[in-house]
Amino acid sequence: MFETAINSNAATFGGSMVGKDPKWDRFDADGPKRNPATTNVKTERAVTSVDPDQTSKSMSDLLVRVGDQDQDAFRAVFDYFAPRLKAFLMGQGTSPQMAEEVVQETMVKIWRKADQYDPARAAASTWIFTIARNMRIDHLRKSNRPEPDMNDPAFIPDPEPLATEAISQAQDSAQLYAAMAELSEDQRAVLKLAYFEEKAHPEIADALGIPLGTVKSRIRLALKNIRSRIGDSE
Amino acid sequence: MTISHHPGEELLLDYVAGSLAETWSLAVATHLALCPMCRRTVSELEAVGGELVSAVAPVPVEDDLYDSIVAATNAAHEDSVSSRPVADSSGPNPILPEPLRSYLGGDVDSLEWRRLGLGAHQLPIPTGDELTTARLLRIPAGRPVPTHSHGGLELTLVLSGAFSDSTGTYGRGDLQEADESIDHQPQAALGEDCICLAVTDAPLRFKSLGARMVQPLIGI
Ligand SMILES: [Zn+2]
Repeated sequence: MFETAINSNAATFGGSMVGKDPKWDRFDADGPKRNPATTNVKTERAVTSVDPDQTSKSMSDLLVRVGDQDQDAFRAVFDYFAPRLKAFLMGQGTSPQMAEEVVQETMVKIWRKADQYDPARAAASTWIFTIARNMRIDHLRKSNRPEPDMNDPAFIPDPEPLATEAISQAQDSAQLYAAMAELSEDQRAVLKLAYFEEKAHPEIADALGIPLGTVKSRIRLALKNIRSRIGDSE
Repeated sequence: MTISHHPGEELLLDYVAGSLAETWSLAVATHLALCPMCRRTVSELEAVGGELVSAVAPVPVEDDLYDSIVAATNAAHEDSVSSRPVADSSGPNPILPEPLRSYLGGDVDSLEWRRLGLGAHQLPIPTGDELTTARLLRIPAGRPVPTHSHGGLELTLVLSGAFSDSTGTYGRGDLQEADESIDHQPQAALGEDCICLAVTDAPLRFKSLGARMVQPLIGI
């Protein structure tokens, strides 16, 4: 359904920009630097100038405060994430209006569920990504996303070591960020397409003009490189 | 009961990215309920997604979006979680984990199986996805698993008993990813009926199992 979306955004987000993608400046060392003054996002001031680790930490703290129904914290989370979620959703071929609807639903969900957020288990960005993804599936596809239920008696719980070494903790976010920044252009391009354009792998192959087997091996390699950088044995 | 056959990373990535259709996701999610190792991979892939969202260049939102959100958070909300009824957990050790059990409305003992021939039974699983088919299969111990013609991917998740084919033995929690290039002749292991979830990307057209049984199985 997304391939039918023809709007200016879909055009700028199409296959041609893969590689030197101005939307990906944070990872692209030689790309244009994001200038907070031109982003038109008022309260970005709080977070733009700090390093990713600090951002991640402060976002986790903010999200915990949202769990206590702290409106200022909610506003700060909104200011940081709403424009990014909108960009993320538009990258998936969603129209700006529709993207804002999903952003709205995601933010409402964040407000209502933030008391369940556990900073020891996931970075704020990870938690928010999963909510936005689920809201998008709800909203655009009107279908269910089956998920395991950890309270189900048939659910096999994590063995202890696994639970404590989960890499998705906020303090590991900088490490993950660094690992992703080190990926080759090729590898980052396939990852972006996989996450941002909801593309099946054959469509990624088409968009990049490379064989399907190459897409698969690049994805595998990208994930392997990330793993080795974050010190996780394969 | 160690799981030795896991979904490929691509399948997990599509599940994480939200691009995997509901029916395939059902098989993946049910495997995840039984597999802490793949759940960890999923957590990692979600963290990658979170980093990608953080790294994207922001697109300004409409001026009134925040106010609309605040208004919406203040509005009374009905928890519109899911239209599916939550299944009774049938006893302390259900064979069917969530989310599969809710799709079927109960555990294996409560199901109204349909005969497939020669002791095999099946049960179609309704999903919102019309391009794929999910069903539960129950194959008597020691009998061949009815395979079928299909053009693409097939996921088989074992929930009880086991089956074996040329690629190995699959027990509870094991997930087989097969495509048409694999000419496998799965056979349920002795001792216990094999119950598995089978997802295919086309409506299943079982060859008549009776016909298959009297003919040589090759080439059907
Ligand atoms: Zn697994």
